[in-house]
Amino acid sequence: MHPAPSVILFTTLSGLGFGLLAFLGLGLPALTGWPALGGYAAGFALALTGLVASTFHLGNPQRALRAFTQWRSSWLSREAWAAVIALALMGLHALGPVFLGQRFALLGALGALACLATVYATSMIYTQIKAVPRWNIEATPANFLTLSLAGGALLAGQSTVAAALLALAGVIQMWTWRVGDRAFGAAGSNAASATGLQDRGAVRAFEAPHTGPNYLLREMVFQVGRRRAAALRRIAMAAGIVGPLLLLGLGGGALWSAWLAAAIHAAGVLASRWLFFAEAEHVVGLYYGQTGGRAENPPRVVHG
Amino acid sequence: MTTLPPEPTRKLGLVIDLDTCVGCHACVVACKSWNDAGYGVPLSDQTPYGTEATGTFLNRVHSYEVTPEAGPAQLVHFPRSCLHCDDAPCVTVCPTGASYKRGADGIVLVNEDACIGCGLCAWACPYGAREMDVEAGVMKKCTLCVDRIYNEALPEEDRKPACVRTCPAGARHFGDLGDPNSAVSQLVAERGGVDLMPEQGTRPVNKYLPPRPRDAEPAIDVLGPLLEPVAETPEGLLGWLDRQLGKL
Repeated sequence: MHPAPSVILFTTLSGLGFGLLAFLGLGLPALTGWPALGGYAAGFALALTGLVASTFHLGNPQRALRAFTQWRSSWLSREAWAAVIALALMGLHALGPVFLGQRFALLGALGALACLATVYATSMIYTQIKAVPRWNIEATPANFLTLSLAGGALLAGQSTVAAALLALAGVIQMWTWRVGDRAFGAAGSNAASATGLQDRGAVRAFEAPHTGPNYLLREMVFQVGRRRAAALRRIAMAAGIVGPLLLLGLGGGALWSAWLAAAIHAAGVLASRWLFFAEAEHVVGLYYGQTGGRAENPPRVVHG
Repeated sequence: MTTLPPEPTRKLGLVIDLDTCVGCHACVVACKSWNDAGYGVPLSDQTPYGTEATGTFLNRVHSYEVTPEAGPAQLVHFPRSCLHCDDAPCVTVCPTGASYKRGADGIVLVNEDACIGCGLCAWACPYGAREMDVEAGVMKKCTLCVDRIYNEALPEEDRKPACVRTCPAGARHFGDLGDPNSAVSQLVAERGGVDLMPEQGTRPVNKYLPPRPRDAEPAIDVLGPLLEPVAETPEGLLGWLDRQLGKL
């Protein structure tokens, strides 16, 4: 899948923002006054920047409000609702600590729940797609949620919780890659099933329907840079998990170390998210002669 | 609404005969031509006369080489377009309600006025049936020529999808696949029509008829007895030449 910067930024930044807001909603830390204003503002800024970035990949962003109508069937619509509800609840909740010097715990807890629901809905936009087997696994929502919570804990300066969440996120990231690498094969789609010619012999793509690139190849048969996947996985693990853990240890739980760790963690999550798209193979590639699966499929450059 | 309707009893769709298709791409041209000026925004092209020509099409014809266990390989031309699935994943993912399946005849359509161009439906389709129009920023897909098949301003014989009407080989058939007695359903039953990627759980309406098995090459050539057998050991001048050349 094409790793569009808009969706990579969207999932990374809004994940961090909603993670931070979830911790603030739970009173971890229970800030008041100016520090509270700073904390909530940072959470809102990250979440909103992410949401705004996501509109950049729309063909007709002026109609974006229509995306609130189909919550019965569409995870994208549910995500829009969850984001608005989470931001509204957290906005209301912020009024207490910032202006009145007191916290409304129930409102904060509901807000935190809505923040996590938003991250879950974001992950389900991808998880629901059967045509991309690497995304269509149980590990995907767990991957999104743990990274969001770990990043939020770092930003909120909750060093002990952050360390535990980072370790958990690291394990789930490895699990995501492990299951993801086998997902295409397990889905059972191949050139034979795609063409329905399995009873007639071995199927090989002979000639493409068009000489130039098209939307499908640009959007769903993206391959450039996949050969650097192993290196990027190491970067994602080092920057996303191991580096922040070491920094937390060095800093002894000091706020500066948590924030520095958050910055490095964000870079690691960006690498992980880039791979999430770049490594994902869509079954439509089978029509264009891709065989699917990492190990047995040497990278082929598709123009465009 | 992007929830799916109850399963329609009438299911309009295509049956594509891979035995007959000659890969001429006439259906691609007819489709582009009709839908350029019909339903919704035109199918835009980008630098159509440049080096990187690219554009929006609703129908594409691939070619595959199929090698049987015995015998020579066979070339199969393979038109690919929307299959108007019963469980269309492209419909339920749509956040705006622009993507919908009609309860009356099962046709999957896009209301372009409501489409925000997020592209999620194209991701959800295993068959690559949807292509974003770069110019208009809305999703395009096969409409089954909904503006032809019910169009009483057209002569009766033209009230079928442009691709079916134009196919010079008669490889494309249009009809009601929900009716087991329709000509297309009979054809599917008779020829063993198949679903594409059934493991994706989309339950496509369109069916593909696999190529008929080719005759095996006869073990004995019927013309064999009439031909002069090739001499295993040449005689005369040729025999002498053969012997001299063998000594070199």
